Amino acid sequence: MYALQISELTKTYKGGTQALKGIDLSVQQGDFFALLGPNGAGKSTTIGIICSLVNSSSGSVKVFDFDLNTQSIEAKSCIGLVPQEFNFNQFEQVWQIMLNQAGYYGVSKKQAIPRAEKYLKQLDLWDKRHTQARQLSGGMKRRLMIARALMHEPKILILDEPTAGVDIEIRRSMWTFLEDLNKQGVTIILTTHYLEEAESLCKNVAIIDKGTIVQNTSMKSILATLNIETFILDLAENTDSLSLEGFDYRLVDPHTLEVDIAKDSCLNAVFEQLSNKNVKVLSMRNKSNRLEELFVRMVESGRNSEHKDHKEIHND
Amino acid sequence: MTNLSAIALLTIWRKECQRFLRIWIQTLIPPAITMSLYFVIFGNLIGSKIGQMGEFSYMEFIVPGLIMMSVITNSYANVSSSFYSAKFQRNVEELLVAPVSNWIIIAGFVGGGVARALLIGFIVTCVSLLFVDIKIHSLPMIVITLLLTAVLFSTAGLINAIYANSFDDISIIPTFVLTPLTYLGGVFYSLSLLPEFWQNVSKLNPVVYMVNGFRYGFLGSSDVNHFMSLGLLVGFNILLLGFAYSLIKRGVGIRS
Repeated sequence: MYALQISELTKTYKGGTQALKGIDLSVQQGDFFALLGPNGAGKSTTIGIICSLVNSSSGSVKVFDFDLNTQSIEAKSCIGLVPQEFNFNQFEQVWQIMLNQAGYYGVSKKQAIPRAEKYLKQLDLWDKRHTQARQLSGGMKRRLMIARALMHEPKILILDEPTAGVDIEIRRSMWTFLEDLNKQGVTIILTTHYLEEAESLCKNVAIIDKGTIVQNTSMKSILATLNIETFILDLAENTDSLSLEGFDYRLVDPHTLEVDIAKDSCLNAVFEQLSNKNVKVLSMRNKSNRLEELFVRMVESGRNSEHKDHKEIHND
Repeated sequence: MTNLSAIALLTIWRKECQRFLRIWIQTLIPPAITMSLYFVIFGNLIGSKIGQMGEFSYMEFIVPGLIMMSVITNSYANVSSSFYSAKFQRNVEELLVAPVSNWIIIAGFVGGGVARALLIGFIVTCVSLLFVDIKIHSLPMIVITLLLTAVLFSTAGLINAIYANSFDDISIIPTFVLTPLTYLGGVFYSLSLLPEFWQNVSKLNPVVYMVNGFRYGFLGSSDVNHFMSLGLLVGFNILLLGFAYSLIKRGVGIRS
């Protein structure tokens, strides 16, 4: 069963900006799904429409087979949203924010109280339950938005940049929490600019650019399309000039070498050539994570082809 | 009403009441002080020089009008500032994302405005008892007029907040429209004191009907027909509630 089915969704804003150009997207129940794209690609508009914060221009959205337009109560009951920006009442206490959220979804106070306690404890906010939201730190506010979104126990949780501005320790604990939630059967849709986050958490991925879905596949198969990876080698000796046959490389500084390794070539050949030249390698790491590399290339190739099209049109 | 809607309505209403009770120094005390000053200055000091207003003392005459004035201003201010704050802080999104129907959103916010208006009305009535014995001619008329007026101006405050893009926008209407209409709505004088032309002009002011309908409930006397007052109140309520519903449904000011 699909947790989410979007078909031919378009959105044109009042000023004429076409944010979505007829996107189709399906997310399986139980999936951990990444929706990626550069700024202004249409991610937030898509999420806004799914969560009834933005009116669509045309197309349909179904949440667990409930049409968002004709069965909005049923569809909305399935969704929990963790928005990008803090949108709770800053003057309310954490506890009150949790109970109010439950109330909006028709959850009785009797059910809401133990649920609020459970999620505040799981997200390390129990001690802050009587604190006004505005007095929480950035990381706490982010966790509060996750706890709040779970108060009606949604079947699908949508997180728009949930770890933006959060330190690495809290970010990792949030990842563990989301993974556990997904194991319990909650479908999760995630947008993030930390591609490491998407790569380690998500099973499937869609990449959106300029209002169009440019890739929609499994994380495994998208990573398999990565033909070249860039490695950074830290060298022991000062090396002013170096040549590597059969590889694209750059000597960033006398101690740092960047080498592009094609998918079908072997790293041993690089080490062999360096050993022959008596160059010792102290350590080695990926320049960026694989998904990030792929993402940048994909977006850049989109930009280049568009530039080329413009040029051709101009030449005609 | 489904169980979900009933719980959602109660939640919004309770949240609204907690808001104005939390900031009681801003919401409950000022009207009590302002109205006490009105009673002392207009009722006691100046009123004693004015003498009788028809068959009633000036103090008896202005009490219903002053209660109504505080009900109008507080119901309007409560919803306009609360809904605009919810827009400004974006926590109105909590309601838009949730399975809450548009009528429940309106009823919750308007209900909060009515609760504050009734509480203020009660406080002002208690203050007035320090100055004069209140007569009651028709309790149903008092209650119905009070409720319809509170609902009407709460809804008007909601519409103002829906359109507002800044805090200035929610103070313009009360300052330049509501206050003049209330002061010229027969709170402090009987329309019979005006020349005929100005009496007819005053009858275009809807607040005249609310103040006089309410005053009829206390004194049994009014410048306008009290059934007409009720009819107009019902009509205005239907009009404004329908308009507010259409705005929320289309997402004006709250959805892009």
